[in-house]
Amino acid sequence: MKEKLAGVVLGAGLFCFALAAVVTGYLPVAHLSRIEYKTLEQIAPEPSSEFKDLARRYPASFGKHYGKPTAAAFHKALRKGRDIYIAEACWHCHSQFIRPVSNEDVRFGKVSWAGEYMNEMFLPHLFGTRRVGPDLIRENGRHGNDWHAAHFWDPTQVVPTSVMPRYPWFYDGAEPNARGIAIITYVQWLGSWATPEARAARAAATSASAKKKETR
Amino acid sequence: MSAASSKAAPAKAAAAKDDGKGEASAAPDASAGPLVDRKAIKAHMIAGFVFFFAGLFAGMLYALQFSRLYPFPGVELLSPGRVRMLHTQSVAYGFLLNLFMACMHWIIPRLTGRPVLSKKLSWIVFWAWQATIAAVGVTILMGYGQAIEWGETPTFLDPVIILGAALMIANFATPIIKAAKGKKLYVTLWYFSAMMIWLPLTYAMGNFVPQYFVPGAGGAAITGLYIHDLVGLTITPLGWGMMYYFVPIILKKPIWSHTMSLVGFWGLAFFYPLNGVHHFFFSPIPMYAQYGAVMSTIAVELVVVTVIANFFMTMRGSGGALKSSLPMRFFFTGMVLYGITCLQCAFQTTLTFQKVIHFSDWVVGHAHLVMFGVFGSWCIGAVVLLWPKVTGRAWWSHKLNAWNYWLTTIGIVVMFLDLLVAGMVQGYLWQNLSPWEQSLVSSMPFWHLRSISGIAIVSGQMLMAYNMWMTARQPAEAGAPARAEKAEAMGAAVGAS
Repeated sequence: MKEKLAGVVLGAGLFCFALAAVVTGYLPVAHLSRIEYKTLEQIAPEPSSEFKDLARRYPASFGKHYGKPTAAAFHKALRKGRDIYIAEACWHCHSQFIRPVSNEDVRFGKVSWAGEYMNEMFLPHLFGTRRVGPDLIRENGRHGNDWHAAHFWDPTQVVPTSVMPRYPWFYDGAEPNARGIAIITYVQWLGSWATPEARAARAAATSASAKKKETR
Repeated sequence: MSAASSKAAPAKAAAAKDDGKGEASAAPDASAGPLVDRKAIKAHMIAGFVFFFAGLFAGMLYALQFSRLYPFPGVELLSPGRVRMLHTQSVAYGFLLNLFMACMHWIIPRLTGRPVLSKKLSWIVFWAWQATIAAVGVTILMGYGQAIEWGETPTFLDPVIILGAALMIANFATPIIKAAKGKKLYVTLWYFSAMMIWLPLTYAMGNFVPQYFVPGAGGAAITGLYIHDLVGLTITPLGWGMMYYFVPIILKKPIWSHTMSLVGFWGLAFFYPLNGVHHFFFSPIPMYAQYGAVMSTIAVELVVVTVIANFFMTMRGSGGALKSSLPMRFFFTGMVLYGITCLQCAFQTTLTFQKVIHFSDWVVGHAHLVMFGVFGSWCIGAVVLLWPKVTGRAWWSHKLNAWNYWLTTIGIVVMFLDLLVAGMVQGYLWQNLSPWEQSLVSSMPFWHLRSISGIAIVSGQMLMAYNMWMTARQPAEAGAPARAEKAEAMGAAVGAS
C-alpha cells in the first residue's frame, strides 16, 4: 500500500493534504469566523479628517478625481488605495501587524487583534512577511498629508537614509493625482480604528447597546 | 542505453522488480527515440534558462535598489516593488518548474518504460506554460500583481496556470498509471505522483481562498499553508524524486536504505503541510495553530535528516564522483546546503528566534538558500548531466561549467551568510528601539555585499548559458549521440573537468 500508486495518491496526496488543510486552515478560519465580517461602509462610515484635508490642500486635483469629500468618495479612494498598495507590492517591504514581542507595541502602538482584520479591506490580508520599512498598521496620525505627499514623490527628501523607491506616477505636476490621493488616504486610514479615541468611542457604543439590551 | 541504465540503477531494479522495465530494457536504443522526447527536454531547458535570467536580472535590479544604485528610478513599469514580484514568479514558475518538467520528461518514461500521454500534448503544455509565465511577468510589471506571497500571479491568470498544470499532470501521470497497475513504484515516482495531486490543490487553495473567501488572520493562515505547500509539496518532492533517480545512476549503486526513503516520503507527506502557520508567528492567528506549527516544523527537520542521511550513506565510498562528475558535485552541494537550511529551520521556527529574526533579512537568506542553493543547484546539476544527451553533443567546455559551479556556490553561500548576519543586526536594532533609520544605515554594508554575491551568481550562470549555446552549435559528430548514451549508461562523468 505505502509503495503503490493508490496508496501514494490517496494517502499522501489527498489524505495528508486534507488533514493539514483542516487542522491548520479550517480550524483557525472557523474559529475566527465567529467575529462578524464587515464591509468598508460599516467600519468607516464617515470620511476621515485626512481625506477632508486632502480636499482642501489639492482642490483642483481632488475635485477632478473625487469631487466632494463625501463618504462615497472616501470609500472609492480607500479601495483604490488598497489596490495600489497591492499592485506596487508595498506589502513586500511593509508589514501590517504588530506582534506582542520585541517592544513592537512601544515602537508602533497597540498589538494587533483578530477583530480588526475581519472586514473587506483585509480580503486579501496584507500582513506581509518583511519589514524593510516600518509596519504600517498604526500609521494613522503619525505624519501629516504633506509629509506623505513629499515622501511618495521622493522618500529621501523627508527620510534621507530611506531605500524606498520614488513614485512620481502618483502625481500630475505638483499635485497628487487620483492614485496619489488614494494611496495617501489609504495609508493615513490604517490604524485609525485603533487610536485611544476610536477605541473609547467604540467601547462607549458597545456598553450603551449592552445597557439597551439589558433594559429591554 | 536502457539495458545499461537498469543495471546502473540497481536500486530501481530492486524496488520495482516487475514494473514492466523488463520489456523496455530488452530493446536497447530502439526505445530511446519514442520513449524520451529529447526535443521537449531541450526546449524546457532553454525556456527555463530564459526565465532564469529574467529572474536573476530582476533580483539583481531589486538588490541595487537597496544599495541606492537603481538604474531606473521613477520608471513606473520598472518600479522595484513590481520587479521583486517578477523575480520570485520567474524563478519559481519559469526557472524551477521548467527544469523540473524537463527532468520529468527524462525520468518518468525511463522508470515506467512508457512514453508520456502524447507528444503533441507535451508541446501544447510547453508553449502554454511559456506564454502564461511571460504574461504573468508582463502583467505584474503593468501593475496587476496579486497580494499572495509566491502567488503574485494576477488573479485572472490563476485559472490559466491551474489549467496548464492539469494538462502537464495528465501528460506525465498517464505512463505512471499505466505502469503501476497495483505494482510497487520506485521512490522517485511516489514523490512525482503525490506532487501531481498536491500542486493543483495547493495552487487553487492559496490563490482563491484568501483572495475571495477568508479575510484577515484566517486568510493569513491559508496563505502560510500555501507558501509552505508550494515549496514543500511541489518543489521539494520534485527535487527529492530527482535525487533518488540520478544519484544511484551516477554512482552505479542502490540507495543505502529503502526503509529510510519510506520514512522520508511519508514523513514529508504527513508533517510538511502542517507547518504553514509558521510564516505568521505572533500574528492574530489562534495560538494553538502557531504552537502546532512549531512542533510540526521541528518534526519535518527530523524527517529531512533521514533523506539527507540516506543520501550521504549512499555516497559513502564514492567520494571520487565529486571530482569526476560535475552533476554529482552540484547534487552533493545542494544536499549539504539542504542540511544547513533544514537545521536552520528547526531553530528559526521556535518562538525565541522568531522574536528577533522575523521580518528581517534572515528569512530572505533562508529563502535564497533553499530555493536557489538547494533546488537551483539540483536543477543546474541536472542540466549539466542531460544537456549533452539531449543535444547529442559533448560539452563545449568543461572549464566553464566548473567556473559556474564555483561562482554560483560561493555566491549563494556568501549571500546566505551575509543576509543571516544582516537579519540579526536588523532584529536586534528593532528590538532595542533604535530609530528605524538606524536599521537601514546598519544594513547598508550587508546589502552591498548581497549585490556583489548576486553578481557572482549571475556571471556564473552567464558562463553556463554561453556554454550551452556553444555546445548546441557544435557540429554533430557522427555517432556522438550513441557515445553520449554509452557514457551515460556507464554513469560516466559528463561534466568532468
